[in-house]
Amino acid sequence: MQQPPFVQNIFKSNRGSGTPRRFQDNLTIFLFLLPAILLFFTFVVYPILQSIYYSLFDWKGFGPAVDFVGLENYKNILSDMVFLKALKNGLLIILFSLVFQLPLSLLLAVLVGRDLPGRVFFRTVFFMPYVLSEVITALMWLFIYNPDPERGFINAVVVFFDGNAQTWLASTDLVMPAIFVALTWKYFGFHMLLYLTGLQNIPQEVEEAGRIDGANAFQNFFYITLPLLASTIRTSVYLSVLGSIQQFILVWIMTKGGPVNASETLATYMYRFGFVRFQLGYGSAVAIYMFILCLTFSILYQRLTRQPDYLSGL
Amino acid sequence: MTRPLSHPSWKTNKLVSRFFQYLILSIIVVLMFVPVVMLVFGALKTRGELITHPYTPPIPPRWENITGILETPIFWELLRNSLFVMFVVTLAVVVICSLAAFVFARMEFRTKGLAFNLFTLGLMFPINIAILPVYFVLRQLDLIDNLWGVIVVQTAFQLSGNIMILRGFFTAIPAELQDAAYIDGCTTFDFFWRILLPLARPALSAVAALTMIVSWNDFLIPLVVLNSEAFWTLPLGTMQFQGQYGSDLALVSAFITLSAIPTIIFYIFAERQIVAGLTAGAVKG
Repeated sequence: MQQPPFVQNIFKSNRGSGTPRRFQDNLTIFLFLLPAILLFFTFVVYPILQSIYYSLFDWKGFGPAVDFVGLENYKNILSDMVFLKALKNGLLIILFSLVFQLPLSLLLAVLVGRDLPGRVFFRTVFFMPYVLSEVITALMWLFIYNPDPERGFINAVVVFFDGNAQTWLASTDLVMPAIFVALTWKYFGFHMLLYLTGLQNIPQEVEEAGRIDGANAFQNFFYITLPLLASTIRTSVYLSVLGSIQQFILVWIMTKGGPVNASETLATYMYRFGFVRFQLGYGSAVAIYMFILCLTFSILYQRLTRQPDYLSGL
Repeated sequence: MTRPLSHPSWKTNKLVSRFFQYLILSIIVVLMFVPVVMLVFGALKTRGELITHPYTPPIPPRWENITGILETPIFWELLRNSLFVMFVVTLAVVVICSLAAFVFARMEFRTKGLAFNLFTLGLMFPINIAILPVYFVLRQLDLIDNLWGVIVVQTAFQLSGNIMILRGFFTAIPAELQDAAYIDGCTTFDFFWRILLPLARPALSAVAALTMIVSWNDFLIPLVVLNSEAFWTLPLGTMQFQGQYGSDLALVSAFITLSAIPTIIFYIFAERQIVAGLTAGAVKG
């Protein structure tokens, strides 16, 4: 099976054909990156630049944008109460996530742990909502939030315990908590999965050592497990905040941002101006604001939460 | 400090803690299943039964709603469109991302850092934010109301994350292997095609599984791009169906249940790949 001529050919094409390796490599780099760069520039970079341009116009989307208004759109957005409400709701979702959703995910991850029999079953079940589409999630929750106790299961339970039926999604006070419950249902499994992976990377001996030194379960968790999970928590918080800022489909299907803008998020606000009212210049400015928000947050967060040195060995 | 590891008090402790672990986890499992169970119950009842006994188990189950939907062509058309988009997007993402990730992981050039950072910038500009700007571009390219419009945008917005995941996997493949391959006369492409890709098969299937889920579940891009009913994908069709037959909750529940089944089957078979991809992506991100 030896093929000496084949080997010779290789040497020839590399040395004698007049195309040095450097050139070949550059060609490979160019050709390999070309499709990614083409798509990325056309549908990610170019749209950002174009939006910046359109955001300076009062433009309804028909014909060329001619009505130049400068930074007017940006100013108007900041003085719009609905936008501020959307911003507040975004912060509220972030706050809820950090206070309820992530600790819950962490708790469940610790409970599922490393060696619980049936671990895979729990992981599979908890993670399942994450793979279901947002449309299905939203519709399911829409059904059980039905204000009529004869149709909505949640109100049926409330009435069963002698409570008053609530109009969950039609109440300005309850709509955000109600949406948040649905969001948690869908996303906690993802964060739990991250923590589970993080837990698995912690050597069991470290916790064992703590136990032998007389730390009880809580001390063990707060002084050993939690600090060692720091980088996982950091990632999970980051993804949770970015996800909260851009929340759209679930909210749009369940409430369309209502009642009276009580559940407006930045993304529903942008969608409303862009695709419902066709104020495309204004909508573009909202998109740029959101982009800047995500970018600023990412940069600040990466700067501020650099992993401390003493953890770098783990 | 010489306590034996199998001290009797530890054993009872462990039993008690196991009991509470299972108790709490089981409660959460039950709570989690509430919306799903209500949906499936509704799907297996007639309209009348759902109104008179909304929360009882469907005994006997009524399959009329399900079979009724399966007999109409709408569901199959939606399924076909969704499958088409999903397969093309997944193929494109796997090919394009592995090419790019290979360059970022294995080759050197002057503007590499800059180029890579540019791709990471894509993560700050997710489709929910970008949809309006992207819509302008699609309109200029005449890709509105066209499945290819959905395909290119879904592919473009899957690039950043998946390039990062694959780059991580590719970097982990030892450099000695590459040197050995070059000494044996491989070209760069040979190394990529014959050695690296076969070794990275688990990573590729993780990326493929993730992309399939994202594409299959996507609602926003089809909502904005597609107008004609003939092109609708499953999530879009589900919404439309809900709007049209909203008063017949049993029928709508049946439709939603049907549209969830492919995802769940896929999830059960590809859970390992999905989990691998997500955790790798999160650690890199």
